[in-house]
Amino acid sequence: MTATRAEYCVIACAEAWRDAGEILASPMGLIPSVGARLARLTFAPDLLLTDGEAMIVDPEGTVEGWLPYRQHLTLVTGGRRHVMMGASQIDRYGNQNISCIGDWERPKRQLLGVRGAPVNTLNNPTSYWVPKHSRRVFVEKVDMVCGVGYDHAAGARHHRVPRVVSDLGVFDFATPDHSMRLASLHPGVTVEQVTEATGFTLTLPSEVPSTREPTAQELKLIREVLDPAGARTREVAV
Amino acid sequence: MTADEAVSRLESGMTLGIGGWGSRRKPMELVRALLRTGITDLTVVSYGGPDVGMLAAAGRLRALVAPFVTLDSIPLEPHYRAARESGAFALTEIDEAMFMWGLHAAANRLPFLPVRAGLGSDVMRVNPGLRTVTSPYEDGETFVAVPALRLDAALVHVNRADRQGNGQYLGPDPYFDDLFCEAADAAYVSCERIVETAEFAKEGPPQSLLLKRNVVSGVVEAPGGAHFTSCAPDYGRDEDAQRAYATTPWPEFAAEYLAGRTT
Repeated sequence: MTATRAEYCVIACAEAWRDAGEILASPMGLIPSVGARLARLTFAPDLLLTDGEAMIVDPEGTVEGWLPYRQHLTLVTGGRRHVMMGASQIDRYGNQNISCIGDWERPKRQLLGVRGAPVNTLNNPTSYWVPKHSRRVFVEKVDMVCGVGYDHAAGARHHRVPRVVSDLGVFDFATPDHSMRLASLHPGVTVEQVTEATGFTLTLPSEVPSTREPTAQELKLIREVLDPAGARTREVAV
Repeated sequence: MTADEAVSRLESGMTLGIGGWGSRRKPMELVRALLRTGITDLTVVSYGGPDVGMLAAAGRLRALVAPFVTLDSIPLEPHYRAARESGAFALTEIDEAMFMWGLHAAANRLPFLPVRAGLGSDVMRVNPGLRTVTSPYEDGETFVAVPALRLDAALVHVNRADRQGNGQYLGPDPYFDDLFCEAADAAYVSCERIVETAEFAKEGPPQSLLLKRNVVSGVVEAPGGAHFTSCAPDYGRDEDAQRAYATTPWPEFAAEYLAGRTT
C-alpha cells in the first residue's frame, strides 16, 4: 500500500500530538482533524477531542464531557491544550495572520479576524496547517500579527509553536534564533520545490529527513474508519 | 412586547451588544426589526455573524467591536467583507477571550480585567488605546487590561422565556448571552416560545435557566426568531437561506427579508 500525499499530511499532523498526554487536541481543518483522531486511536490515547461544538467525545462519538465556548476559553488559558490552526500568512518566526490582507485600516481582502489566535499563542502550544504551500502564505512579513511568533514573544512564558505542517513538508523553529527550519519532506517532494514555494529563507539541515511512513494499521484507520469517503484528497490533491 | 416595540426603545448612536456566536442563535427577528427602523450610527459589540453583515450592508454601523465575523459554514461573511474593504466603519478588533473578559468586566462593574492575550500581537498596534497592567505579586507578569465593554442595550435570542424575562437555553452552548444582558443598561430577549414560569422545569434542568428577569427589560415571542442561524434543539441552520443571503445583492435580499418573507 502506497500512502498518498494527503495521508502523509495526516501522519505529520497526528505527530503534533505525540506524547501530549491528557490535553485537548483542537484541530482546525479536515486533515488536522483526521490526524488528531488517528493520534487518539493509536499513540496518544489520553487526548480529549470535541465534536467541533460544545461536547467532548470519544472516538465512537460518545459524549464524555461538556465544553461550551466559555469553558473552552478557560481551558486555553489553563494551557492543557494543543491547537492546530490555519494560516492565511505565516512568516519565518511563526507569526500568523488570518485577519486581513493589506493595510489593516483599509484591507485589500478582509478575512476572518484575529479570532482566538492571540490567546492561543500566548497560552498553549499552537501549530499550523497549510494545505497549499506557496509564497502567498509563507511570506517575509505577515500583514497582521494574529498568532504571535517567536520574535514577538519575549517574556511570554507559555508561548510555543511546535510545528507547521504543509502539503510539502513539516517545519519547526528548532534553530538558535527560532527561525523556521525544514524538519521533514513528504516523500516525492524536493528541497527545491519547498524553497521555491517559500517567500523567505528557510533553515535547511544538512540532511533533510522524510516524513515517516504510516503503519499498515494507521493507513487502515485513515481509509476505513476516519475518512472512508476520502474527503482528505479535497484538501490536498494527490 | 413585539420586536418592533423592543427596537423602538433603541436610538441612533447607541452601543449595542448582540448575542449568539457567528451564525448560531443570533436574534435575527430583532435585527430585522431594527433594520426596519431608521436607527443608525450604531456601535455594535458582537461575536459577529449575519447580524453584523446585515447592519454593515444597510450602512447602520459607525463602529464594530469584534474578534471575527463569520457565517460558520461560509467562513467569510461577504457583506461584512465588502463594508470593511470600502472602509465603511471603524473597527475595534480584539481576541475572542479579550472580548469575553470585556463583557465580564462590564457585568461586574469593573473598569478592566487582566488577560494574557493580545501582547505581542497586532491587536495592540490596531488598538493604540489598549493599556497593560503589571501583577503586584511576585510573578510580576504583564497583562493586557481589557476595558469593560459596557452596552447601552443588548439583543439576545433564547429557546424559552417567561413573561417576566427569565430565559432558558436548551441547546449545547449558552454562548455569552447572560453576559451581554448583564453588561447592558437594557436587554431585549426574543425566544422561540413564551412559557409559564412553571413550565421551565419540564423543558430543561435548572442550569439551562440562563437569563434572570432583573437584567431583562423586554421579552418578545418570536418563533423562528434566530432563522437562518441555528437555534438547537429547536432547529438547525437553514443553509439554503444562508447561501441565498450570501449570494444575493443586499437590496434585493433585504426587500424580501425585512418584509418577513424568508426563503
